[in-house]
Amino acid sequence: MRVSRAERATNYVILAAFAVFALWPILGVVVAALGPDDAAGGTVGAGVLGLHPENFVTAWNQGRFGSYLRTSLLVSSTVVVVSVVFSLLAGYALGTMRFRGATVLFYVFLVGIMMPSEAVLVPLYYDLRALGLTDTIWALLLPQVAQSVAFGTFWMRAWFRSANRSVVEAARLDGASTWRILWQVLVPLARPAVVTLTVLTFMWTWNEFLVPLVMVVSESLRTAPLGLAFFQGQYTQGFTLLAAGACIVATPVVVLYLFLQRHFIAGMLEGAVRE
Amino acid sequence: MSDTATAAPSRARTPEGTRRRRRGGPPGEPRAVGWLYVLPALLVYAAFLLYPLLRAVQISLYDWNGNTLATWAGLDNYVEVVGDPALRASFGHALVLIAFYALLPLVVGLVLAAVLGRAKVRGLAFFRTVVFLPQVVAMVVIAVAWRRMYAPDGSINDLLSAIGLDALTRGWLGDYTAALPAVGLIGTWFEIGLVTVLLLAGMGKIPTELYEAARLDGAGAVREFFVVTLPALRGEIAVALTLTVIAALRTFDLVYVTTRGGPGTSTSVPSYEVYNRAFQQGRVGSAAAIAVVLTVIIFAISFGITRIAERDR
Repeated sequence: MRVSRAERATNYVILAAFAVFALWPILGVVVAALGPDDAAGGTVGAGVLGLHPENFVTAWNQGRFGSYLRTSLLVSSTVVVVSVVFSLLAGYALGTMRFRGATVLFYVFLVGIMMPSEAVLVPLYYDLRALGLTDTIWALLLPQVAQSVAFGTFWMRAWFRSANRSVVEAARLDGASTWRILWQVLVPLARPAVVTLTVLTFMWTWNEFLVPLVMVVSESLRTAPLGLAFFQGQYTQGFTLLAAGACIVATPVVVLYLFLQRHFIAGMLEGAVRE
Repeated sequence: MSDTATAAPSRARTPEGTRRRRRGGPPGEPRAVGWLYVLPALLVYAAFLLYPLLRAVQISLYDWNGNTLATWAGLDNYVEVVGDPALRASFGHALVLIAFYALLPLVVGLVLAAVLGRAKVRGLAFFRTVVFLPQVVAMVVIAVAWRRMYAPDGSINDLLSAIGLDALTRGWLGDYTAALPAVGLIGTWFEIGLVTVLLLAGMGKIPTELYEAARLDGAGAVREFFVVTLPALRGEIAVALTLTVIAALRTFDLVYVTTRGGPGTSTSVPSYEVYNRAFQQGRVGSAAAIAVVLTVIIFAISFGITRIAERDR
């Protein structure tokens, strides 16, 4: 489409303005994290090229982010592996097989996508407490696997439904079992969809705040975002170390996003658009 | 998707029905083994999502402090949701947040998409990456960042002073009237990227001939927007509204980290009330009732917006 030079220039100005708006708060944190420690009261050295990367070390030690990140990594990777496998199995059945109740099952899973976790966490906390499971890793894993499996099943079912039937028919004529068809024929083809599901589940689990806030008390079980919230409560003299902590918490998902942004954007948009 | 459900009674009898079944339902032979594949997912899901939801409904009918014996309360907790001014206010705050999370980003996103869609600009991919970035950053981190910006000596006040608006400077999150819009603006910032990227993707699917036809008819940029762009983006707008309205209603992390519902109760929202009552005040029944009402509202909105979008299509 042809437009005037002035309009084109305006477009760039608008693009730049919104990019700055989107980046401003994030860059503010990064800049603060690299600046001189404002709580140390002016006794700081020159730093490296005027920057102070040592703030990250100080924040890491003071805020005990090592422990928080370890918990987050353990919880996120477990939730991702278990829920992706379960979603593949369920999505495969709902997307390629015909059986009694399949449609109802699909709607049942659909409900789970919309359900706000606030609603289920209240009874879940008291029921898990009765079972002695609160303040254990299980209280972090099980509710989040359940939430992830709802979206995952929905997502994988959509992929299996659109998958090429002839490959499956050919494999079936060769006498392959449903199990072999899934793992040796379809899963290799489904790799892009599985990668998308993996990064989304990882992001949602890593960033989750309410589940760990409600379910655990022990410091060793705090996840990274929860640890950051507690660090904010304790560390009130300045902002530098808090900013450094915020960077530490955000970095894993942001790095993943920079490499796999297509998967993030496509997943978050299509996941909502499909069906 | 409603196609298979409504066709169910007739499909066994008429040849038409059999054909529809092939096309509409999941393809393949009937296999009861399907249940085995669904079972692991279904078990976890039923035990940790469906069952707790039913329990929430049950608990909401009792007066319970979480420890001692619960007493039957009937619908008292629900009456409170409607009658209690503090709770009503929290739902009112959620409405304000909807304006900030959903409407404002939609208007901005539409303008952006309309302007950017008219001309091929370089660097659109980079722009997309940047404006979408807030979506992947943990809300706690976002809250920490904005709390600092809103502080009395933060960058928002610096900016206002720099352009001569000293009179407006304040501690934004500690101000009774400014706190809620301030929290809402964080939501606007958070959702603009999502909405814009979604609308830009939709713009890409509009055939250029439509614009050319409109131009031949002598339509200007504004008319073009209302005649071509807006109707073509209906589906995307519905999706954007569903996602952002639900996000607004579910706001919790942001309020918890920035204001804890304060000052006073000026930024308390339903999700925060659920947490507060269930885990701080020991009013579990009331918390469950708010949670159930919130869930019903969210379901209604999701179904409602999807329905409208489907009917229009």
